Amino acid sequence: MSDSPVILHDTSEAAGHAHGGEHPSYLRHHFESVEQQADTTNFAMWLFLLTEVMFFGGLFTAYLIYRNWYYPAFVAASHQLNIVWGTANTGVLISSSFTMAMGVWCSETKRKSGLVLCLVLTFILGLLFLGIKTIEYSEKIEKHHVPGFHYSLQSFLDPDSDEAAKAAGDKPLPLDVARHTEIYFSLYFAMTGMHALHMIIGIAILGFMIFRARAGAYTTGHYTFVENFGLYWHFVDIIWIFLFPLLYLISRHQ
Amino acid sequence: MSSTIVSLPDQSTARIPKVNFITKENGLLSWLLTGDHKRIAILYLISLSFFFFIGGALAGLIRLELLTPQADLMATDTYNKVFTMHGVIMIFFFLVPSVPATLGNFLIPLMIGAKDLALPKINLLSWYLYIAGGTLAIYTMATGGVDTGWTFTTPLSTHYVNTNVLTTGLAVFIAGFSSIFTGLNFIVTIHKMRCPGMTWFKMPLFVWAHYAASILMVLGTPVVAIAIVLVALERTIGIGVFDPTKGGDPLLFQHLFWFYSHPAVYIMILPGMGVISETISTFSRKRVFGYTAVAFSSVAIAVFGFFVWAHHMFIMGISNYAVLVFSLLTMLVAVPSAIKIFNWTFTLYKGSITFETPMLYTFGFMGLFTIGGLTGVFLGTSGTDIHLTETYFIVAHFHFVMVGGMLMAFLAGIHFWWPKMTGRMYPEKISQLAAVITFIGFNFTFFPQFILGTLGMPRRYASYPPEFQVLNVFSTAGATILGVGYLLPVLYLTWSLKYGAIAGNNPWQATGLEWQTQSPPLTENFKVTPIMDHEAYDYDWLEKQKEKEVTHVG
Repeated sequence: MSDSPVILHDTSEAAGHAHGGEHPSYLRHHFESVEQQADTTNFAMWLFLLTEVMFFGGLFTAYLIYRNWYYPAFVAASHQLNIVWGTANTGVLISSSFTMAMGVWCSETKRKSGLVLCLVLTFILGLLFLGIKTIEYSEKIEKHHVPGFHYSLQSFLDPDSDEAAKAAGDKPLPLDVARHTEIYFSLYFAMTGMHALHMIIGIAILGFMIFRARAGAYTTGHYTFVENFGLYWHFVDIIWIFLFPLLYLISRHQ
Repeated sequence: MSSTIVSLPDQSTARIPKVNFITKENGLLSWLLTGDHKRIAILYLISLSFFFFIGGALAGLIRLELLTPQADLMATDTYNKVFTMHGVIMIFFFLVPSVPATLGNFLIPLMIGAKDLALPKINLLSWYLYIAGGTLAIYTMATGGVDTGWTFTTPLSTHYVNTNVLTTGLAVFIAGFSSIFTGLNFIVTIHKMRCPGMTWFKMPLFVWAHYAASILMVLGTPVVAIAIVLVALERTIGIGVFDPTKGGDPLLFQHLFWFYSHPAVYIMILPGMGVISETISTFSRKRVFGYTAVAFSSVAIAVFGFFVWAHHMFIMGISNYAVLVFSLLTMLVAVPSAIKIFNWTFTLYKGSITFETPMLYTFGFMGLFTIGGLTGVFLGTSGTDIHLTETYFIVAHFHFVMVGGMLMAFLAGIHFWWPKMTGRMYPEKISQLAAVITFIGFNFTFFPQFILGTLGMPRRYASYPPEFQVLNVFSTAGATILGVGYLLPVLYLTWSLKYGAIAGNNPWQATGLEWQTQSPPLTENFKVTPIMDHEAYDYDWLEKQKEKEVTHVG
């Protein structure tokens, strides 16, 4: 074709942009340089986390409104949560964030065995979190605190019959106030459930990464995937950092 | 014919370039597994058209039912399902992805001088999500449909109806992620993939408009996703968040839903405005008047668009102060919209205007969008809104903006970039006819609905008092004309794939980077990474380039 594009400046200046040497195999064809590629995927990950913020933002809004409307019911309902398990889980998650951050560092500095170790630790801590969450959920199921058809107001109408309520020194709530505890538990399960779903997805990806890291991936200088996954993992952690005081510690400052 | 800017290569010697993104690889799999933004755009175009015609057929059924005052064509609950599915399909599976996923996908990398979108796999994933969501929506329709209206209003959707709310909700949820990924991809691409010299204020306004729409997609869509999740939980296990008997508030659903769904109308219209900026400059041979103002007005629409959602709830029991504030904020959106319309009009002033098909659609857009936008001010005024809301006035307003505005822009864009996408021209005369038919049919269909609305005819009913029949017959007759107007492009555009004139690189003598490469483009878009050394819409630069080329060849 003789009609070559008008704009194309086939000058040495433009040619200077292309690297003389070989491109690393992980550089995708539409990027100019490895830096651009890393920068771009990183930015995309931050944007994705922004959408996650908006996603959880809807739930936090609902929480904010109902907590303001039904504060006494929210306080009584929050006493039903096991603060020891909750604190332990917070510790577990923060530790997992630390091991994840170490993993990113190992990947960056090309330490293969260190990376595998960190990922495995993160994986185990993630599972531990879900395990503790399962214990907490089963307590709620036993007490019929799962909203829906089997929801029971027993613990709130008659706190003396309930250990947790008794320990917190709760007074019996009038029926119309007690009924609003169901909203609390709806939000509790929706928020921690969505959080747990994100954990499960994260753990699945971690499993995949451990598999790949053992085969030598991520320690060749191309660690964008580990870095971006780290961002995701920390994000899920931060969500919990907000959930913990909002759900467990409503009245603990009094 | 001096009244045209079209300059085609000599047809006896011209050829479609042998190597281009269409001929690069063959076979169905090479399309279904492609990472090429242009191929994904074509996939989107085909699937979008399919959904458009399903939604259009449903619209035809609605108009046919409303031909007579009684509910005689279908049972009233069937009618509810038909208008719901019309809304769901047209909004989530046509309007939201229409321009961004087809033209935006195809053109943004070309316009900013990139080889592809930043995340090609995510781009393909977004198409698969779209198809998955769309298939689920069709499946829902085939197995009984849903009758809540496209707004899934609680407590109707959570407690009272016994139709496929869950599967439709899931379909919208999935399509939402498709939209999030498209928007995310655009933002990242526009930030990180611009060619040397392509500063923010040298970008075509089409790219600016998509940037603004992408912000809305990324920030708004997750909120409707969580709203749908809560509706699903409410419906299945009765969690009570939207249930007043348990202390929940249905109004909360309205807030969450409209927090997305109002910005969603700007997701739909902004890319269309981007198309108009391109066509109006090309067919007036002038730089867009007030380039910077038009660019920032897109962003302003996106920002204001997030703070007006409660104007959908003026009669739903929000506080009077909220009504006051949201009414004011709603009027503010009219400002950037008007900036665009006025700047486009000034672009026309003393321009060398020609009337090719894209320009006819553009004029259609400007007129109809202005009417649609101004009637929006009526509805944003709380006093008149109380009278007009839930009547056909709303229907007419919305369709003036979306069909008269967005669909006109979509067709303008498809015609304008058809030679770039396929390498061939569409037939000019018949397409001009189609544009005129669409315009006439549109006004016949929807203008009577403004009058019906002010007379008080409520929307979403299968029957109506007999005194409204004349105007409804007008509307249905207009819909028939409109249908012809939409069918024609499908026929002649398909015809042109084989028989259209060879377009050459730049049939419109336009300035965008996409016109400076071959049509259809190469898979990697440009032979050498372009350098942007001039302003956007610089026709003098284009002239100089042509002179250079002539002397070069000579």
